[in-house]
Amino acid sequence: MTASPPLIDVRRAYRDLSEQVVGGVAAGLARHLGLPVLWVRVGFVLAAVFGGAGIAFYAALWVMLPAGPPAVDLAPGLESASRSGLRPGRKRGLSDVGPVVALGALGIGAVLVAQVVFGQGWWLWPLALGIVGVGLLWRQADEAQRERWLDASGRVDLARVVLGDGGWASYARIAAGLFLIFGSVLLFSLRGGSLSLARDVTIAALLGVVGIAIVVGPWIYRLTEELADERAERVRTQERADVAAHLHDSVLQTLALIQKHPDQAARLARSQERDLRSWLYAGETADESTVASVLRATAAEVEDAYGITVDVVAVGDCQLVESLRPVVAAAREATTNAAKHAGVARVDIYAEVTGDAVDVFVRDRGVGFDPDQTPEDRLGVRRSIVDRMQRHGGKAEIRSAPGEGTEVRLHLDRERQEKEA
Amino acid sequence: MSATRVVVVDDHAMFRRGVIAELAASGPGVVDVVGEAADVDEAVAVVGAQKPDVVLLDVHLPGGGGAEVMRRAGQGDVRYLALSVSDAAEDVIGTIRGGARGYVTKTITGNELVDAIKRVSEGDAVFSPRLAGFVLDAFAGSIEVAAVDEDLDRLTEREREVMRLIARGYSYKEVAKELFISIKTVETHMSAVLRKLQLSSRHELTRWASDRRLL
Repeated sequence: MTASPPLIDVRRAYRDLSEQVVGGVAAGLARHLGLPVLWVRVGFVLAAVFGGAGIAFYAALWVMLPAGPPAVDLAPGLESASRSGLRPGRKRGLSDVGPVVALGALGIGAVLVAQVVFGQGWWLWPLALGIVGVGLLWRQADEAQRERWLDASGRVDLARVVLGDGGWASYARIAAGLFLIFGSVLLFSLRGGSLSLARDVTIAALLGVVGIAIVVGPWIYRLTEELADERAERVRTQERADVAAHLHDSVLQTLALIQKHPDQAARLARSQERDLRSWLYAGETADESTVASVLRATAAEVEDAYGITVDVVAVGDCQLVESLRPVVAAAREATTNAAKHAGVARVDIYAEVTGDAVDVFVRDRGVGFDPDQTPEDRLGVRRSIVDRMQRHGGKAEIRSAPGEGTEVRLHLDRERQEKEA
Repeated sequence: MSATRVVVVDDHAMFRRGVIAELAASGPGVVDVVGEAADVDEAVAVVGAQKPDVVLLDVHLPGGGGAEVMRRAGQGDVRYLALSVSDAAEDVIGTIRGGARGYVTKTITGNELVDAIKRVSEGDAVFSPRLAGFVLDAFAGSIEVAAVDEDLDRLTEREREVMRLIARGYSYKEVAKELFISIKTVETHMSAVLRKLQLSSRHELTRWASDRRLL
């Protein structure tokens, strides 16, 4: 087999937000390392209980790993349908609350155990509260990011970055997160037992936060503004370019042709439909490098040449190596024959590519003929189909009877062929 | 036998008109269009009010797609036939898993459509060659034996044969003749495949659905 240069496919780790319990770090890490997700989760919990390294590691990964899974590339028609809500969307329920409750109980247990082990662990409670608070705020950041993905239309401003599209869940997460962090600071400063000292420490901490916000704020604000503008512009340009290119190239040309040749309207409409359909929805390979794509291209040519409908259904696919060309060429001959002689408006091609063989069936419901009576001079069938397949170690069978349509069955073993090549 | 009551759901008014005209021409007295709808909310209302036998359901529909209509209006005695211009496997399989009993493309002729509606109203499954191809694709290859329901997650050899013939463009009658079985048996096989398609927890099917956030 003539091997094409292997594509370097770098596996990038991401946080798996489709299976998240807290931040999706464990799920993403498990997927990346190929481990059961339960092991990773248990590992994190153990490392968190014994010394707290698990929490630090988890937090670092949460910050650094991109949220995922990466978007699936869809055909433009499907993406547009998703954007405008024509396709079913993802549903999120309360079903994923269970693990969070379990985790909470585990966390409280861990703090209690640590208190017993370390003795006077007065600082553990504020620390635990603070960690949960930060976790809630980060979770909210994830949710807001997800909502921006799902709806890429609006502008990105600071409120949207923080709140997402709003809703009580967002407000509740932010309120609870801030409350917990604030509470932990308060608890921490209360250790001296003096209320006024606690107040002073808290106020000092708040002032520090406000000061940093005043210094950094304008930069962040400008950054989001520029990001929003750039993003909106890019989206507009891409959309315009895509649609303009396609409409101009194909649809307008077809309309022009229909005006010139009204008698050909059906054929032109069919060819345009095929074109648009594959562009919008199929996302199928059209570069004629695989068996299925070549069969589709063949069908399209026959449709254009004879003004009939040729439907291709392909199960499985593989690279079109040299040794497989005979089966494709024979299929082409069979399709052309059906288009010329069967006298019907529709031909079905079915291709099945398995690990061992390629099978192609070309079928019409037309007039049919008696295969035993084919005159020797009708070389098309005999030479192009049967002989060609036999020469290359394959098989061709033609089943037909007058009035019952015709089916050409082509079979070519794959592995042996490709090894010899 | 009384006419089959049909509701047409599609967001393109022109297409709805075309289908209704075609059904009137091809199946007078056989198919009776009792309502139409342009989005999910309207569809749920019309299906609830008219209680049709068959709903012709577009896969792409404002408000969450055809699957959303089936989820909200419920199955009951209503049967759904998906009708789409999109040949995207995940949409077709997603709609079938949402409860549709068949899938045909919008280029189907009037007579074939009437035939498909009748089949669906009688409780049979309607597989176009393309859908049969998707099914073979989805059930192809080996699967991990652990943690799957064997019966639901693989096709029997006979079901595979039937699907292959459908994908090759054979009609039910021709399939029956080719395999030396009765049409009734062919229909039984098709219903079994439909059930597996809807209930299987097979990796490929669930992955399709969950990757595209359909479930």
